[in-house]
Amino acid sequence: MKNKNDKYWNLLFVAPTVLIFIFVVLVPFIIGIYYSFFSWDGIQSNPKIFVGLRNFINVFSDGRFLNSALKTFIFTVLGVITINVLGLVVALLVTSKLKTKNLVRTFYFMPYLIGGLILGYIWKFIFSDGFAIIGKVTGLDKFFFNWLLDPNFALIAMVFVFTWQMAGYVMIIYISGIQAIPGDMIEAAEVDGANRWQVFWKVKLPLIMPAVTISLFMTLSNCFKIFDVNLSLTGGGPAHATEMFAMNIYNEIFSNSNFGYGQAKAVIFFLVVAVFTLIQVSITKKREVTM
Amino acid sequence: MTKRQANVFVWIGSLLVLLVSIVHLSPLYILFTNSFKTREELYNNVLSLPSKFSFQYYQVAMERMNFWTSLLNSIVITVVSTILIIVLSAMTAWVLARNESRPWAKWIFMIFIATMLIPFQTIMMPLIQFFGNVQEVTGIPFLNTRGGLIFMYVGFGTAMSVFLYHGFIKSIPFSLEEAAYLDGASKWTVFWRVIFPMLKPITNTVVILNVIWIWNDYLLPSLVLADEHLRTIPLSTFSFFGQFTIQWNLAMAGLLLTIIPVIVFYAFAQRNIIRGVAEGAVK
Repeated sequence: MKNKNDKYWNLLFVAPTVLIFIFVVLVPFIIGIYYSFFSWDGIQSNPKIFVGLRNFINVFSDGRFLNSALKTFIFTVLGVITINVLGLVVALLVTSKLKTKNLVRTFYFMPYLIGGLILGYIWKFIFSDGFAIIGKVTGLDKFFFNWLLDPNFALIAMVFVFTWQMAGYVMIIYISGIQAIPGDMIEAAEVDGANRWQVFWKVKLPLIMPAVTISLFMTLSNCFKIFDVNLSLTGGGPAHATEMFAMNIYNEIFSNSNFGYGQAKAVIFFLVVAVFTLIQVSITKKREVTM
Repeated sequence: MTKRQANVFVWIGSLLVLLVSIVHLSPLYILFTNSFKTREELYNNVLSLPSKFSFQYYQVAMERMNFWTSLLNSIVITVVSTILIIVLSAMTAWVLARNESRPWAKWIFMIFIATMLIPFQTIMMPLIQFFGNVQEVTGIPFLNTRGGLIFMYVGFGTAMSVFLYHGFIKSIPFSLEEAAYLDGASKWTVFWRVIFPMLKPITNTVVILNVIWIWNDYLLPSLVLADEHLRTIPLSTFSFFGQFTIQWNLAMAGLLLTIIPVIVFYAFAQRNIIRGVAEGAVK
């Protein structure tokens, strides 16, 4: 009797969540894979024409898409490096003897809470009109000009803004990694005559490898999937030069009305994200030092 | 070096680092100071303080952004979605964790984890198509309603939340529940009286992560909500910018308005936020 009741309770506790989840995530995911084999303009009454793998083949001759993939790759590499270096440096400072460490932590973390869209708009002003005005006033117009009008500088601006947003986030992860190191281990190294540099490379860094794994994993996937900052800061411009992967998919579907083709890109997007994250987790898991 | 000298050294270093972190927040200063300036003043010097503090741009920005309506929409959508995500995923995670050896529980949990890899852009179009069709067939208004958006947030939020709760529940000994069962309590009572209060630390994490994500999310509401009176803060910021990009002083006032709620939230819950974000990432 009790067992039977238990079954109903289990169902009551699990079913609503699973049903909503199936409706919102699983069904659209499966429909999405189905759509990617069709040519369709998104209008219900218009026919969906089965094209097999054509959409996936066309991707390789789509210049705008290939450029977007390349720019996303460059952006991700640069972003992962700058975010993690800055985050780690600040985390090391904040866990040192600084008297102002709480304030510093508070200030660095703050940008993470401001949404990517709003934050992109703030920086849009600084990099466009703000920089132009400063350049005019100071005469340093080799550096202070409208960065968002230059394809290369616009990409750097995106790296800069995303670093500004995400460094505080990985700082938090690194701080918990550093704080987990037993104090006597560092003391022992210092007694043995290790200088700060050696303590960092030989003691701290190997022991915070779990935090490094997490941070790299998070920043890699966040950089690769960037959309909001892209939309508000550069809008993909100038002339699609900074159109990242996610925005290219969005534009292909909703601006060009190529629902099938755009969805094929979306499926590729998923595959890349999945493969990258799985490889990275398996590599860094091996290198972690167990305490 | 004497102790006193070392102390001075630490203080100088501390102040230097503090100074750098203040510079780190200088964009917020630029936002603040230029939101009070006239157009000419702004183009004369972007870094100076305004000659006088008048709130006229704030007033205009508030009206054009429909600020109070979008603030209310953002609050309602974020709060209701987060509460539903917590209740549903805590209940689900508990049952899944306590039946871990059974195949159905294993499968459901694995599917939750696996789908965390799916980027939103991969399902956004079919999601909207599908709910459009469901709405046509059943008449349930999923699109262009707050309720429909909340339903979708619950669907997207549960995977990670179930995962976090699941890990935490496994560390709670079963003996506590057993005692309650022996006293004749039902599963419902045991969950709410015994289990849920013990989940408090991880509930904090789940709340913080979901609130940050839902509050700042632009893409999903932009696809679901069309009516102006339903707009959340990111949506009204976007449309506001579409219309007034050139008027930077007005734009600055609008942007500052949108981040005030975030700053207030941060000021009151800083410890919880930082702890929540750290734990959410490390798990």
